[in-house]
Amino acid sequence: MGRKLLLDKAHIEGIRYYDVYRKNGGYAAAEKALKSMSADQVIEEVKKSGLRGRGGAGFPTGLKWSFLAKPEGVPRYLVCNADESEPGTFKDRYLMEFLPHLLIEGLLISSFALGANRTYIYIRGEYAWIPDILEEAIADAHKNGWLGKNIQGTGFDLDIYVQRGAGAYICGEETALIESLEGKRGNPRIKPPFPAVKGLWQCPTVVNNVETLAAVVPIINIGGDEYSKYGTGKSTGTKLISACGNLNKPGVYEIDMNISVEEFIYSDEYCGGIPNGKRLKACIPGGSSVPILPANLLLTTAKGEPRMMTYESLNDGGFATGSMMGSGGFIVLDEDQCVVRHTMSLARFYHHESCGQCSPCREGTGWMKKVLLNIENGKGKMSDIDLLWDIQRKIEGNTICPLGDAAAWPVAAAIRHFRDEFEWHVANPDEALKRNFGLAHYADPLPVVAAV
Amino acid sequence: MAVQFSEEKLNKVKEIIARYPEGKQKSALIPVLHLAQESFGGWLSSETMDYVASLLQITPIEVYEVATFYSMYNLKPVGKYLFEVCHTGPCMVSGSDNIIAYIKEKLGIDVGETTADGLFTLKTVECLGACGYAPMMQLGKFFKEHLTREKVDQIIAECRAQAN
Ligand SMILES: Cc1cc2nc3c(=O)[nH]c(=O)nc-3n(C[C@H](O)[C@H](O)[C@H](O)COP(=O)(O)O)c2cc1C
Ligand code: SF4
Ligand code: FES
Repeated sequence: MGRKLLLDKAHIEGIRYYDVYRKNGGYAAAEKALKSMSADQVIEEVKKSGLRGRGGAGFPTGLKWSFLAKPEGVPRYLVCNADESEPGTFKDRYLMEFLPHLLIEGLLISSFALGANRTYIYIRGEYAWIPDILEEAIADAHKNGWLGKNIQGTGFDLDIYVQRGAGAYICGEETALIESLEGKRGNPRIKPPFPAVKGLWQCPTVVNNVETLAAVVPIINIGGDEYSKYGTGKSTGTKLISACGNLNKPGVYEIDMNISVEEFIYSDEYCGGIPNGKRLKACIPGGSSVPILPANLLLTTAKGEPRMMTYESLNDGGFATGSMMGSGGFIVLDEDQCVVRHTMSLARFYHHESCGQCSPCREGTGWMKKVLLNIENGKGKMSDIDLLWDIQRKIEGNTICPLGDAAAWPVAAAIRHFRDEFEWHVANPDEALKRNFGLAHYADPLPVVAAV
Repeated sequence: MAVQFSEEKLNKVKEIIARYPEGKQKSALIPVLHLAQESFGGWLSSETMDYVASLLQITPIEVYEVATFYSMYNLKPVGKYLFEVCHTGPCMVSGSDNIIAYIKEKLGIDVGETTADGLFTLKTVECLGACGYAPMMQLGKFFKEHLTREKVDQIIAECRAQAN
């Protein structure tokens, strides 16, 4: 059994409620931090833990916290990023629905460490029922003296508020999120200045992912050194993986970062293999923005070593033969699935979600979608494949925020690893129109649906 | 219909504004627009948007800018029950195409249309964070997950029964 730090108590009946959470050791970490540690000592423990941001970029959390500017007399803010809109990712939702007090405890300790007295949870608007759960938990924490004025007699004050978004993937990007929290369109800001210096209402701000902030609780409970013994190398601790696509047991799993990808997909403790006896074709291991890998490169690296569920191992081989941990959205495609069609759907997603500020992203995502739709619907030309390659190259690195790159990489990786499938669509337009799968023509036909 | 929140909703607006520091009431815009959409027929008319602007003491254009940016705001009337079916990659590989086709057939409408009785609108949306429980759709405040034809039949029947 893998060791757990976040979901170890998730099975306890009623853990969603304050009394049960408290009886099972909840708020012990907050008590320890607020009563026996200084803010700097908390930051020190987080640094020692090696915790890396769980929102996608994997930036060391302790280091990020130490960048926060602390000018006299200016409030500082902590913002919890619960926008969770990266296709394939649904882990933060699980934490908030089932362990809301774990997040609140993490927010309390983190706000204390950063000297923030007002903290916002920015949650995607579609998770419309979750604010009720969080607000109930906040009210209970308040009643029991964990929020509000002079918390547990320590003199520290904190209020936590929940803010709903309204449907925009880009608001997961931290500066777009801040704009949205200020009541504006979610247009990412040009950096610098970074939020650590000028963030929410131009005040120093830290934005962290839900899972990152929840992980602060076990770090304080067991200590940074002990936490860093979980996992391997620079992938310390545990990671939530949301697994979806063609799997027997899709869902949210907490992994100790020292298991192999193969074990994660096939063992009964995790995803339980692929349904209907189908074979594994491809996988996007870290949310829609990261490169897709064909089965052989997913299970073993180009060097022939088993691929592990760690930041380093998923990255092994760079963009040529590797991928990324990203947000932990693990998307599995079986042999029936068409890579062209899947890539088209992601291109449509990025086009829909581009905020439109920079022309390479706004125009490029539209072009990619159009060209991919043509290829998928049997109207493509061979030269379109190179055109696609060219467009994604022109987006990457030429935009204000990383959404441009996030849109370019999936297309690049699909062409890199599945060029034959794109060519097959162009060469066999009638077939491509009639069915939804690509080269794996040994598969049973799916019902044909109208072209979209 | 004159656009006007009830006393209770006006108190809610006050409570939302109090979440932000003095003078930052513009931050209340997104939550207040949600409240307005819920209260005034499931969409935002220009009258509604102007009303929200006056409540928050900001200009109407600041409200239009935001209302047109976010996909959850409806700028046209929609049916009483809005089926928002996800069609992004992970849902697609789990069969969302077939579910969308089935709903179209069952309701006799295309994506983006509303049934003649004004009860149902069908929309496709991008990933809603339920990829592991696919195919799925949003219906009002909640998600309907692991959709099958039978489940779609059941949901439609429930909506019809509730509407009567
Ligand atoms: C287009 C885009 C979307 C993003 N979406 C999310 C998101 O939904 N949730 C999240 O935590 N981080 C998201 N991020 C990353 C954030 O910008 C930021 O790096 C993160 O919240 C930092 O938290 P962490 O260090 O705890 O990971 C996104 C970034 C980009 C460029
Ligand atoms: S890269 Fe795209 S999403 Fe990001 S700022 Fe530019 S247009 Fe907006
Ligand atoms: S892809 Fe449909 S909910 Fe994520």
